[in-house]
Amino acid sequence: MATATTQNRSWYRRNEIAVTPWLFLLPGILFFAFYVIIPIFQSVWISFHEWDGLGEKTWVGTANYERLLGGDRKFETSFWNNLKWLVLYLLAIPMGLSISLFLNQTVRGIRLYKSLFFFPFVISQVVVGLVFSWFYLPNDGLFDVITGLVGIDIKGGVLGNPNTATYGIIAAGLWPQTAYCMILYLTGLNAVDPEQVEAARLDGAKGHKMLWYVIIPQLKPATFIAFVVTIIGALRSFDFIAVMTNGGPFGSTRVLSFYMFEESLSEFGFRMGYGAAIAVVLFFIMLIFIAYFLWSMYQDEKGVR
Amino acid sequence: MSKIFKGTIAALSAATILAGGASAQSLSGDLRIVSDMSNPAPRAVMEGLAADFGAMHPDLNVELEIVDREAWKTQIRNALTANAPDVVNWYAATRMTPYVDAGLFMDISDLWEDPAMADLASTKGAMTLNGAQWGVPYTYYQWGVYYRKDIFEELGLSEPATWDEEIANCQVIVDSGRACYTIGSKYLWTAGGWFDYINSRTNGYDFHIQLANGEVEWTDDRVRETFANWRTLIDMGAFIEDHQAYSWQEALPFMVDGEAASYLMGNFAVAAMRDGGLTDEQLDFYQFPQINPDVAPAEDAPTDTFHIPSGAQNVEAAKAFLLYVTSPDVQSAINGGDALGQLPVNAAAAVSDDKFIQEGFEMLSNNASGGIMQFFDRDFPAEMASVGMEGLQEFMVFPDNLDDILERLEDTRQRVYQ
Repeated sequence: MATATTQNRSWYRRNEIAVTPWLFLLPGILFFAFYVIIPIFQSVWISFHEWDGLGEKTWVGTANYERLLGGDRKFETSFWNNLKWLVLYLLAIPMGLSISLFLNQTVRGIRLYKSLFFFPFVISQVVVGLVFSWFYLPNDGLFDVITGLVGIDIKGGVLGNPNTATYGIIAAGLWPQTAYCMILYLTGLNAVDPEQVEAARLDGAKGHKMLWYVIIPQLKPATFIAFVVTIIGALRSFDFIAVMTNGGPFGSTRVLSFYMFEESLSEFGFRMGYGAAIAVVLFFIMLIFIAYFLWSMYQDEKGVR
Repeated sequence: MSKIFKGTIAALSAATILAGGASAQSLSGDLRIVSDMSNPAPRAVMEGLAADFGAMHPDLNVELEIVDREAWKTQIRNALTANAPDVVNWYAATRMTPYVDAGLFMDISDLWEDPAMADLASTKGAMTLNGAQWGVPYTYYQWGVYYRKDIFEELGLSEPATWDEEIANCQVIVDSGRACYTIGSKYLWTAGGWFDYINSRTNGYDFHIQLANGEVEWTDDRVRETFANWRTLIDMGAFIEDHQAYSWQEALPFMVDGEAASYLMGNFAVAAMRDGGLTDEQLDFYQFPQINPDVAPAEDAPTDTFHIPSGAQNVEAAKAFLLYVTSPDVQSAINGGDALGQLPVNAAAAVSDDKFIQEGFEMLSNNASGGIMQFFDRDFPAEMASVGMEGLQEFMVFPDNLDDILERLEDTRQRVYQ
């Protein structure tokens, strides 16, 4: 009798447990495929063509890559700037940690202070960029006035001097990014086990030793997330550059994402193929980090089991 | 102001209906216009044009969409490819090339054969690519040196006509603790104006256009001569410092505050200078001085245009609109001092009595025998223009990098014009 009922049940009924999760995932998968996966392959396809985005595509094979990797100075500048961003942007993590440690106390009005420190992350990156570009203005800008007091004169202003412009933009980017890391650590600090702190204190740990051996290991999940968002933020550093210098002076502040935009989509950009080639290279650089994150998450999951 | 303007337009359009005859009555359906005239005065003009054209053709439903002028420079690609409108704004000369080559602008050479277009003959060249016309102009404006007359008087200077006089003047201005010229090169194109002028005055219009068409090497000695002339000014401290950090608007206060004596700019800067508090007694204009006496003066006079996309639905109405916009009465009205404040493209139209428009008109009519340039970023192809302007900006800050810059531009030239 039992077999008869199984046969009478519809196919869906029989496979309900296996199928239902996929049904729920389906819209997400479709959107992800349509807006993320397929465009990746399209970009790779376009990168083998010369195309102005309007007319016919012409197949040029690897010519775009040969030009890109064979001594395109704009590409080299962008690549090194990307590295500067990656390294210096990570400063947001220790800075965020120290601010969160400082704010992790119960005094009157602490919520207000916390929100004020978090504020830069809430306002738009474009606004932050604008505020900093005024801050850096030669002659009238506050920064120039301050450096003028100690006798340093940056020729062309911070953003007008090819040697300082990238650092100036990174500093502007660090402001909201630090706030983001701070909020991650603040929530992390709530989860720190008071008993462990108590036990460590009984064993005589304090100051740096307490921080390094007791607190920070417990903040590992927060550090991981902070690391991920900071790396991604550094590679996506487009808005600040577009607002503050537009890639200038003379292209010294370009990064790969901005260069890609400039070649393919900007006012004078009609080189979709070349832009796509830059995008593909940027994608592979990001892939290194993505692979590392996936791998370490996988390791963590295994550890839990 | 716009009320008076609308009144004028209404009166004029009534006249046009009478003159235009029966053919004007038959237009029907929708006419979709996408315009980039988003600044306040141009916006009022465009809205007035659309409303009046609609009033002339009761059966025609005119839909106007105004897009931010800067945003339009990138949006036009999408607008032309998907569900194209019937009329769009763009710019003349090489700047049309990508859209003409992709077949996105309609060939309207037949419209140019209309007898009414004879008065636009002077602008026909700028609208011609591959032997056909791809749009109509609706306004243009002169470039030149706008200067502080009161500062010139204080220092006992007069308008220079030659390069030597220009340099002598500039030396006096520099010695008085001011800069001769303000400029904001953050967005690069302002440096293109300087190159256009110094190059065309040094080597002539024909050479300049050959360079734009990729027929001359950037490392050519004649190009170097242009940069040598430019460098004379840079080395004497003629330009304001740190100009790479400013936009053209941010460079205006130097002139308004009297820290710089003049500005090489398009006529649109006059409105901003007046807003900044400079009176017409303090402001004046002179033509960029002669450098090489053997070449005829060429002038930058960028032309703004209307085009019909190939995908337009209501071509008949679109063509009627283009004829309407270029007609003498409408041209006089929209380019008047209380509207666009620029030069009409129709020879039969009246030129505003604003002193700068008058001077510009006089200059372009009688003293621009070399030719009319559209501007660096409209005469040079897109990639050459963007790499070129970046190089020009670098040259203005680090003139010693010239060899490196020219080699870079030459590399680009060899790739772009294949």
